[in-house]
Amino acid sequence: MEVQFELNGKPVCTEIEPGAVLFDILRSLGCYSVKCGCETTNCGLCTVWVDGTPRLSCSILAARAAGCKITTLEGVQEEAARFGAYLAAEGAEQCGYCSPGFIMNVLAMERELCTDGKTPNREEIREYLAGNLCRCTGYAGQLRAVEKYLRERRG
Amino acid sequence: MITVKNYIKPDTLEAAYELNQKRANRIIGGMMWLRMGKGNILTAIDLSGLLSGEITETDTDFHIGSMCTLRQLETHPGLAKSFGSVWKECTRHIVGVQFRNGATVGGSIFGRYGFSDILTAFLVFDTKVKLYKKGIIPLSEFITMDRDRDILEEIIVAKDGRRAVYLSERRSQTDFPVLTCAASCYEGIVLVSIGARPMRATVTETTLDEMEHIADAFDYGSNMRGSREYRKHLAEVLLCRAKKALEEGNV
Repeated sequence: MEVQFELNGKPVCTEIEPGAVLFDILRSLGCYSVKCGCETTNCGLCTVWVDGTPRLSCSILAARAAGCKITTLEGVQEEAARFGAYLAAEGAEQCGYCSPGFIMNVLAMERELCTDGKTPNREEIREYLAGNLCRCTGYAGQLRAVEKYLRERRG
Repeated sequence: MITVKNYIKPDTLEAAYELNQKRANRIIGGMMWLRMGKGNILTAIDLSGLLSGEITETDTDFHIGSMCTLRQLETHPGLAKSFGSVWKECTRHIVGVQFRNGATVGGSIFGRYGFSDILTAFLVFDTKVKLYKKGIIPLSEFITMDRDRDILEEIIVAKDGRRAVYLSERRSQTDFPVLTCAASCYEGIVLVSIGARPMRATVTETTLDEMEHIADAFDYGSNMRGSREYRKHLAEVLLCRAKKALEEGNV
């Protein structure tokens, strides 16, 4: 079957199997930032935005993406690099495998929670990012990086 | 792992219902739980174009479309205003935001899963489910019915002003709960629901005075997350906390 959607601002039309999940299609379209971790909807590595909302691409039938706007890390490179610098400065990544999904969710959190001049507190940040597992760092550096990033971005 | 041979978005609920009568076909909700299963699906029936994914408010009820996500339930300002923090509390522990943006309320309720946080919470409200063929029936009745191949259209929660408390215990953050507990008090009647026992949540009626001792009214079982005895003890503790929260209005 054929499916059409918008990928990182560009229209895409591709042939898929009815049971294909979005994750596999995105990888086949060259979005290698989208990683597969657990395949049990727990790790958050495959996080992409579907119509601006963070979702697990391993659990969405590609057919359901028809007409949607899909954004991967490749589509927000500037923002990702900006936040990535904070991760690096805090030594908050080791193998880096979880970083694309983590960055996508941090940027989604910024858009969702940082409205009307508000900045989420540590508890709110932890809760929002609970669906992103990292087996290297223990999260302390990542939390520092997120807090500094949000603080400095908001002056 | 599942395989899907065909994918269909039916035009009408009747067409979806007819398709769903075949055992090899499956309705897909958020696909979070289905994804982890095994087997071959002949036709995946996508109802996202047919069923509402919105929460609407009338003078007397909230209508929660079965395609509404757990995240919508968690963040809906109208639900929070009418019922307090219970919806946020019963959803915020479920995996992560990305998961809750995909998992649907309809999938959780129709599945009647033994581990369901939100089923436990819905049971202490005046909640009804609207099924395509069977019509509107109370949730407490629905959970006792045998599984069939009807379609859940929406969940209806009466705006009767009741406040409720929701508590759960987990071995680690974002894991399945070891035990879930919800309680509400309305016109002197307390509804208590205990789930993840590890069986499907059920509800019973009591009073504030008797509430602490109602743990005996539920059956408990053992699994890798906890023994029957541990769960019963947890239920007693959570019920004490729930009672305190209701008495203090801390809901």
